[in-house]
Amino acid sequence: MPGKLKVKIVAGRHLPVMDRASDLTDAFVEVKFGNTTFKTDVYPKSLNPQWNSEWFKFEVDDEDLQDEPLQITVLDHDTYSANDAIGKVYIDIDPLLYSEAATVISGWFPIYDTIHGIRGEINVVVKVDLFNDLNRFRQSSCGVKFFCTTSIPKCYRAVIIHGFVEELVVNEDPEYQWIDRIRTPRASNEARQRLISLMSGELQRKIGLKVLEMRGNAVVGYLQCFDLEGESGLVVRAIGTACTLDKLSSPAAFLPACNSPSKEMKEIPFNEDPNPNTHSSGPSTPLKNQTYSFSPSKSYSRQSSSSDTDLSLTPKTGMGSGSAGKEGGPFKALLRQQTQSALEQREFPFFTLTAFPPGFLVHVGGVVSARSVKLLDRIHNPDEPETRDAWWAEIRQEIKSHAKALGCHAVVGYSESTSICEEVCILSASGTAAVLNPRFLQDGTVEGCLEQRLEENLPAGCGFCHIPYDELNMPFPAHLTYCYNCRKQKVPDVLFTTIDLPTDATVIGKGCLIQARLCRLKKKAQAEANATAISNLLPFMEYEVHTQLMNKLKLKGMNALFGLRIQITVGENMLMGLASATGVYLAALPTPGGIQIAGKTPNDGSYEQHISHMQKKINDTIAKNKELYEINPPISEEIIGSPIPEPRQRSRLLRSQSESSDEVTELDLSHGKKDAFVLEIDDTDAMEDVHSLLTDVPPPSGFYSCNTEIMPGINNWTSEIQMFTSVRVIRLSSLNLTNQALNKNFNDLCENLLKSLYFKLRSMIPCCLCHVNFTVSLPEDELIQVTVTAVAITFDKNQALQTTKAHVEKSLQRASTDNEELLQFPLELCSDSLPSHPFPPAKAVTVEKTSPMGEGNFRNRSAAPCANSTVGVVKMTPLSFIPGAKITKYLGIINMFFIRETTSLREEGGVSGFLHAFIAEVFAMVRAHVAALGGNAVVSYIMKQCVFMENPNKNQAQCLINVSGDAVVFARESELEVVSTQQPAANCQPACTGGEVTT
Amino acid sequence: MTSELDIFVGNTTLIDEDVYRLWLDGYSVGDAVALRVRSGILEQTGATAAVLQSDTMDHYRTFHMLERLLHAPPKLLHQLIYQIPPSRQALLIERYYAFDEAFVREVLGKKLSKGTKKDLDDISTKTGITLKSCRRQFDNFKRVFKVVEEMRGSLVDNIQQHFLLSDRLARDYAAIVFFANNRFETGKKKLQYLSFGDFAFCAELMIQNWTLGAVGEAPTDPDSQVDDMDMDLDKEFLQDLKELKVLVADKDLLDLHKSLVCTALRGKLGVFSEMEANFKNLSRGLVNVATKLTHNKDVRDLFVDLVEKFVEPCRSDHWPLSDVRLFLNQYSASVHSLDGFRHQALWDRYMGTLRGCLLRLYHD
Repeated sequence: MPGKLKVKIVAGRHLPVMDRASDLTDAFVEVKFGNTTFKTDVYPKSLNPQWNSEWFKFEVDDEDLQDEPLQITVLDHDTYSANDAIGKVYIDIDPLLYSEAATVISGWFPIYDTIHGIRGEINVVVKVDLFNDLNRFRQSSCGVKFFCTTSIPKCYRAVIIHGFVEELVVNEDPEYQWIDRIRTPRASNEARQRLISLMSGELQRKIGLKVLEMRGNAVVGYLQCFDLEGESGLVVRAIGTACTLDKLSSPAAFLPACNSPSKEMKEIPFNEDPNPNTHSSGPSTPLKNQTYSFSPSKSYSRQSSSSDTDLSLTPKTGMGSGSAGKEGGPFKALLRQQTQSALEQREFPFFTLTAFPPGFLVHVGGVVSARSVKLLDRIHNPDEPETRDAWWAEIRQEIKSHAKALGCHAVVGYSESTSICEEVCILSASGTAAVLNPRFLQDGTVEGCLEQRLEENLPAGCGFCHIPYDELNMPFPAHLTYCYNCRKQKVPDVLFTTIDLPTDATVIGKGCLIQARLCRLKKKAQAEANATAISNLLPFMEYEVHTQLMNKLKLKGMNALFGLRIQITVGENMLMGLASATGVYLAALPTPGGIQIAGKTPNDGSYEQHISHMQKKINDTIAKNKELYEINPPISEEIIGSPIPEPRQRSRLLRSQSESSDEVTELDLSHGKKDAFVLEIDDTDAMEDVHSLLTDVPPPSGFYSCNTEIMPGINNWTSEIQMFTSVRVIRLSSLNLTNQALNKNFNDLCENLLKSLYFKLRSMIPCCLCHVNFTVSLPEDELIQVTVTAVAITFDKNQALQTTKAHVEKSLQRASTDNEELLQFPLELCSDSLPSHPFPPAKAVTVEKTSPMGEGNFRNRSAAPCANSTVGVVKMTPLSFIPGAKITKYLGIINMFFIRETTSLREEGGVSGFLHAFIAEVFAMVRAHVAALGGNAVVSYIMKQCVFMENPNKNQAQCLINVSGDAVVFARESELEVVSTQQPAANCQPACTGGEVTT
Repeated sequence: MTSELDIFVGNTTLIDEDVYRLWLDGYSVGDAVALRVRSGILEQTGATAAVLQSDTMDHYRTFHMLERLLHAPPKLLHQLIYQIPPSRQALLIERYYAFDEAFVREVLGKKLSKGTKKDLDDISTKTGITLKSCRRQFDNFKRVFKVVEEMRGSLVDNIQQHFLLSDRLARDYAAIVFFANNRFETGKKKLQYLSFGDFAFCAELMIQNWTLGAVGEAPTDPDSQVDDMDMDLDKEFLQDLKELKVLVADKDLLDLHKSLVCTALRGKLGVFSEMEANFKNLSRGLVNVATKLTHNKDVRDLFVDLVEKFVEPCRSDHWPLSDVRLFLNQYSASVHSLDGFRHQALWDRYMGTLRGCLLRLYHD
């Protein structure tokens, strides 16, 4: 009996009137877990019942604890007829199962009904007593922490990053079972909600088991998705990155620790198999050890204690090569060899992370993606979902081989998605091919000495841009130049990635959101024919999307894309492609060339004039954008020293993909051997393309937008944040739709949506929309639905200018920093290695100064009539951090699935009223759960699905929403004791002094 | 291409004050958009009319959803669906319950019933306030009335507690509820010159002094059910007021009163002779108002009577306000020197309030 779940039902409030005669309700509550049900007494005639029940105790297996949700049903007692259900609350008790998270769930939960929405609230207290020791947990996977955050969570450090974990479970969709014909929509919806809740619990437990097998203790970048395959079933799948995380108790506590690696080693008594080399490496190069914040000693000990039992994950080969490295051989080759051996052991060397501990990412190759069109068939045996597994395995294999072709052994920023229409399903996977530092990947065999020396050779801020592939044997034709930063290594001229901008990357100016949008009509077809048609269209779409991205990037005067996400959506009669990314100017890469247009008929005078007019417009736009995004790279006078005679001054040509190191998909996007060609305006299509390039309106002044976590070039966020979801559906006029008309409609839809957002959020100026996430779906023949979730963050304009300058200076200085300087400030990296902490400690002052405008001070303002508000503020953000605040605790993952249905659509304000209310309710339920866990924010929030179906003729609509995120506790930086930030700032933050001066 | 669905939902509910005002004023989405365009917002922000339309629709939808909660403001505070900062909640509530002077003057003292609601059409036409806005204001009055009607304790406190209004607005509502409950006539032509503020001022004085709640300040039996009501005038007090009749009925007393006042005011009053000539009429008027208050009909006509019997005569003689003040002070005080008159306390309770009211009512 591994666990006892205890539940107490305290009270209800704002209940709906269930008895028309008395205008009151006789409410009672059923508490169900697994197959056990308890009931409270009936609290007669009240809309605010006080049950104050006893503790209901469920004695259950920990397996059930993980899988099952706690189900609370509020009912109205009726003496003569059946009791009416008021609504339900599902509580995921997973956060109570690991020690560092929440200890109790207690608070007001909205009572939810799939037909009526939220109907009052109920106050519940939930506790879990776990009886057994940790070993018992291994049979379930209690204790494995899950994070949606795609970086190492803020109050942890990564000891080892093990790698990819995936799992999927399938089931029949209750909506399509025969019984659905005779049961009520409510019963059907509840069956679905419950099933999905169960399936996600099971999935999480299974993934947890895999993590334990890998000797990890956490999953980071956990992404769980549902595929509603209709008749053929329901698939819940998840991917993530298994890690071994160590909790940082407090900043003050870990800083001293990194200065005394040997001391920590002594504290670990079970170090049975000490490697003398490993140990000696520490003291022999003490300074270099200090350069690294996180004492490597702990990872050694783990390695030694686990290596003998580890199945396949410990690369034995690495052990031997370690000592060789100390002799100072060719580091890079060795590094590659090591890492490769570490990664080759794995089936899929994939990482769902998008931001990494410093030093983890060595080189980036480019985006790799793969798609596959499948025909869905009934899943015959839900217990063995082999087909679906095989499909994904196939795609992952493809990704892996693409990465290899780019000279990379790993894929980072990896994600998977599907698009389903009737029985056709497109499976997509994409990521960024990369070379990684083995230090975090394996359980030992790493010599601090080797790596650190290697690191020193790698200049900060540009290392990741250097090509990982062999320049004599390139996977595709590309133009290489010497890195504009270190002048030692080769870099491509354009870089596309799916990850966030590395924190140490040197960026010039600001970034911006770049989108490529595309529609293609497709004939309606059945089964195989349909799949074939789609397969044939896909390469063209990829090509077009890619071309658009490249052109738009050049038009912005930028040379790299981060956070690239290409979504292809399939509908009955069309395919939609939407690519979003954040463009930046990387200082290490060459200045992008312009765009040159050429006409088809060079002899026609007026035509020529038209062309030159267009050319001028394009050139003007580029110049304007450079100014807008403050892109003014230093004119390098050292070009003479460059051994490659690069014809950089000559403007580059449109559609010359050859220059990019980009997607290696099935198709060759490089235009073969055609090294350069001019954009020929030879048909209306091309004309449209150029026009659409020029019609993209930049955001109004004071606004920036990006789809990455933070905006390069802005680093003085205030605490004022606003997360939002916006949904738009347009109906296309079905009359003779052409590709162009479709493209225009889609383009307008997206542009108008952005314009509306800018208008709505104008009070937050100066402000940046971060993590802008567009999703497109085609719910019906003529409907296009676009869903956007993002967070708007206000920043301090004046300081922005100053700190940008300081930032550039700082990065320039860093670029030129040689070894000696590194030794002088051995702790610099130490402070930096707080994984991607976007706020230097100097910011504490800033926050205090700006906070009167932020949400944080609402409590103070509330002094007026409404001071007795009992509802605490819960922030939600798609980012992994809260501006101006520090996350002090992760309380567990939030993963919720809701269905809402109505048969009185008009009465509820039509489709807009219905969905608006539903999304507001979903937010409310997420906030209530977080608050009950004791949290005050959700980070890495994502709305993974928003499936909306309407039938206005029948006055009906239905919507399914799936959201997830990490519940956290945060504290304002100004509230934190200043002492803790001052202490490290005093001696180990030389790099931040620039920032301090400006505050 | 038509927009089927277009929504924006923020984790913190966005409230646009300007749009809120337009919504409260009862403008349709179309009118609101037109008004916003006229305000020059498009030029300021570079937005398009379509953007404005979508934004306005969105806000209207939000307000519509919030309206249910605004009907019971404490619900707005405790609900979980819309995360709204307390300062914004206060603003939403305060503005929702705010009313137009023109409107309130039309319905002040009227029974808040369906009958009156039917007249809203005419009020809307007359005042130029949209029917929608009239309905909201009327429903607010009625809602507040219904909630506090049966409650014990201070009227203002009750309103503040159940509707979370600011002190100022709660006092106004107390006046509205008080007037509606006692059905004071305010619509007569000769009362048109009075503002809502004038009536509210009088209402406050009357609530403080003439209701059951007013005497309830003295330690009373906490179990008694009737007392501590701010809504109704103290019936016993009204009954007692009949005793004041002697002041005008008894010829000697009246003469004595007059001579006391005249002696004291001689040389101090610019309109002394007019006062002297009118004293008996004025006194009769004021005392008769008091003695008639046992009849509901006469309670309703209180303000008409006061204006007819006192304000108008003085005004026709061009009494300056300072003289009215001097006269009323002296008129009230002199009664204490009338040896034969035994109802001093009653007189003070009546005249103290009446003096305040009259001074407020005395203007052009």
